[in-house]
Amino acid sequence: MNFFERHKNTVILAVVLLAQLLALAVQVKRQTAEGPVRVIRLVAVNTLAPFERLLIYAGESTRAAWAGYLDLRNVRSENQRLKAEAVQMRLERQREQEDARQARRIQLLLGFKEQWIDSTVAAQVIGTSGTETSRLLYLDKGARDGIKVDMPVITSDGVVGKILTVYGDHISQVLLINDPTSGVGATLATSRLQGIVKGTPTGQVTLNYIMGDESVQPGEALVTSGGDRVFPRGLPIGTVAQASMGRNLFLNIQVKTAVDLDRLEEVLVITSQKAREPDVAGLGPIRASDILAQHLPGVPQMPPQAPPAQATSPTAQPQTTPPPATPSTTKLQTPSTPQKPQGTQASTHAQPAPAANAAQKSSAQNASSQNTPAKPKPAKPAEGTRPQ
Amino acid sequence: MRAMDLSYTSREQVEVYRFSWPISIGLPFLLVGLQAFLPVRMPFFRIFDFGLLLTIFFAVSRRSQVSGMLTGAAIGLLQDCLTHTPFGVFGIAKTLVGYGASSIGIRIDVENPGSRFLLTFFFYAVHLAVFVAIERALMGQQVHFNLGHEAGAAVANSVMAVFLFALLNRFKIRD
Repeated sequence: MNFFERHKNTVILAVVLLAQLLALAVQVKRQTAEGPVRVIRLVAVNTLAPFERLLIYAGESTRAAWAGYLDLRNVRSENQRLKAEAVQMRLERQREQEDARQARRIQLLLGFKEQWIDSTVAAQVIGTSGTETSRLLYLDKGARDGIKVDMPVITSDGVVGKILTVYGDHISQVLLINDPTSGVGATLATSRLQGIVKGTPTGQVTLNYIMGDESVQPGEALVTSGGDRVFPRGLPIGTVAQASMGRNLFLNIQVKTAVDLDRLEEVLVITSQKAREPDVAGLGPIRASDILAQHLPGVPQMPPQAPPAQATSPTAQPQTTPPPATPSTTKLQTPSTPQKPQGTQASTHAQPAPAANAAQKSSAQNASSQNTPAKPKPAKPAEGTRPQ
Repeated sequence: MRAMDLSYTSREQVEVYRFSWPISIGLPFLLVGLQAFLPVRMPFFRIFDFGLLLTIFFAVSRRSQVSGMLTGAAIGLLQDCLTHTPFGVFGIAKTLVGYGASSIGIRIDVENPGSRFLLTFFFYAVHLAVFVAIERALMGQQVHFNLGHEAGAAVANSVMAVFLFALLNRFKIRD
């Protein structure tokens, strides 16, 4: 006589009660700080998450012990490599600061409002849905860390997904961008075409709603458009892997994601975004002519006489001091020859930053000599290129 | 001759097993939890469906249709909890697998590796078919699946089943 025959009535009672409890748990939603969550999901996730967290922390501890005691032999060479990398990055940063400053000034001129990533929370991936049909991640951060529904989740490489549910103080659920139910507003970086990035049941990512008569090349970068009101604009999504004519007049565009969504261990949750005017404090008053002049090749202020004195004159200093940047920077800091107007336009687009560089150096020198606040002064335009 | 070895000649040959309560409850949580955790470090583990393997194992060991059905439903609903799809998708699929596996377990010998491999392969296909049917018929979703990938996953799960079932045999208690 087996268990069910011996305890038939008890089993039937238990089954009926269990079925009702399950039905109840499925229907009932518990109000959490981040909205209603089904009780059955809350219980299941809170039961499994501590074990997953324990496994993660055990693995991390082992890895830390390994790194701490056995990998030390590589520290010296790695230190040297990192120092060299830091120097390289500082140089890169200087160049990018110049680009950013110029971009902010142009944005201000155009009245742009930017979406700034104000604060992020680093979180560890502690689990997945365990199925191929539901592309989810579980994070070890929740309501107590300020995580809320619909917050974007990223890594330094690009977009990962968004917060779907917050299960409590220390657990939240992320919907990956390769899930069929996800959708991210996207812009092709070169052609500026806009579409929606969606996942497929097989875990691929596609760009949708690009008309068939448009030209999209493989390798073209894809960034967030900001149109979905979830992700700030300009975050990398991936690159076009393949584009072909699809159904319903739209292109069928396969996307290779910037982030390897199958190998995520740590992510960043963007907890705060702010829309604000570009920060141009310290850049001084700006006029349209200033911006335009910076984009035009300037004629350096040459001393009237005595060529040997050029090397020591203040105006010639930028030429003799090689800037820590790319060859294009060096090229633009040498005196430019007068160019034709049509040629000016092309060079403006190709190398805008060094032109601003020269103008700012020039204005800084003028400001310090006149003991007045720093004010961008336009470089003298070349003949035939003066703005109207 | 081989087919004769796989089938029983009478009901007396059928051995029925039971499991302790900690194993019956703890093992599904452990394996479904592992299935959720392992792909974080080893993405290829995503192709394994430990819930399905456990449903088949419990069903063919207990050889009770009611028990197999309820076990499948419980494990399926547990998996549903970890997804963002409506409850019941995996629950219904695994209920049917539990019922089918226990029905087959009564009729054929499921103790040798070959029959376990074939049984798992067959029920992986049944599970997939039920899943696609639910998604299409009940939820109105267009489900696309890669036949090659699914065939590979079926083989991988069947191989895993051979080893996992051998391991789980230690927890069997003869009724």
